[in-house]
Amino acid sequence: MEQNTLPTVTAAPLEQASGPRLAGDLAIWFFILAELLAFGVFFAAYAFTRANNIELFDAEQAALNRNAGALNTVLLLTASYFVVRAVQAAEHSRSQACAHWLLAAIACGAGFLVVKMFEYAAAFEHNISLSSSPFHMFYLSLTFFHFMHVILGMVILVAMWNGARAGRYRPGDMNGIETGAAYWHMVDLVWLILFPLVYVIH
Amino acid sequence: MSSDVHGTPRRATLLWATLIVATLLTWGMGATGATGKGAIAILAAISFWKGAVIILDFMALRHAPLLWRALTLGWMILVWAVIAIAYIKGLPQ
Repeated sequence: MEQNTLPTVTAAPLEQASGPRLAGDLAIWFFILAELLAFGVFFAAYAFTRANNIELFDAEQAALNRNAGALNTVLLLTASYFVVRAVQAAEHSRSQACAHWLLAAIACGAGFLVVKMFEYAAAFEHNISLSSSPFHMFYLSLTFFHFMHVILGMVILVAMWNGARAGRYRPGDMNGIETGAAYWHMVDLVWLILFPLVYVIH
Repeated sequence: MSSDVHGTPRRATLLWATLIVATLLTWGMGATGATGKGAIAILAAISFWKGAVIILDFMALRHAPLLWRALTLGWMILVWAVIAIAYIKGLPQ
């Protein structure tokens, strides 16, 4: 009965400050800016080289597998969506759900890599190489530069998946998952320009 | 329950669905061989809109200090401006 006289302590709600907030570590955002600049220079070089070789670029672009490119766009966008759901789950202390969403994102990322490898295999079968034409040089180097970023993104997603299974991400402790998520979305963002530029615009 | 800067699952799902529809549009324009200034303007607009969803909603920069929105959206505007200039330069005179 005495317990009833004890003062009740209510936990203060874990409200974020209502001002602007950058999700993730500041360092990852500087890294993302550097990556965007590198891809931006690459895109500009492609666009201006094409302007001087229109017929060659249009003819060789027509031989690309646009369906594979579109499928890969869907896979990356879906992976990004799953990462958002993982972050939202972590935000509500649902570590198990967070890990499941991350695993789904990893599966989509792996799907992207598999589709891309089939594309490369087909290209090599047709003796397409970095030196076979200016278009192929850009197509292979741009997509492979991006491919390497997807691989790094996958490594980060797996690390996040491990973190989620260990229950490391929760309200007030979101920095790790938000930082990894920002990197993954950057990989997606770059592809959203790469796909129309290299596969569609002619 | 506070949803902080990452929005709600419902909103994320709706945005994902519209991103997929936009991708199918881009793919369809490639399949039908759409070309010329008008087609490029549409492709650039679709790509820009998709990128803005990634930046503002998925990366949650909508709730970040203005500087970060300006840098990332500005990057996208600059890249598409350069692509458009190069495209127009390559059109038959």
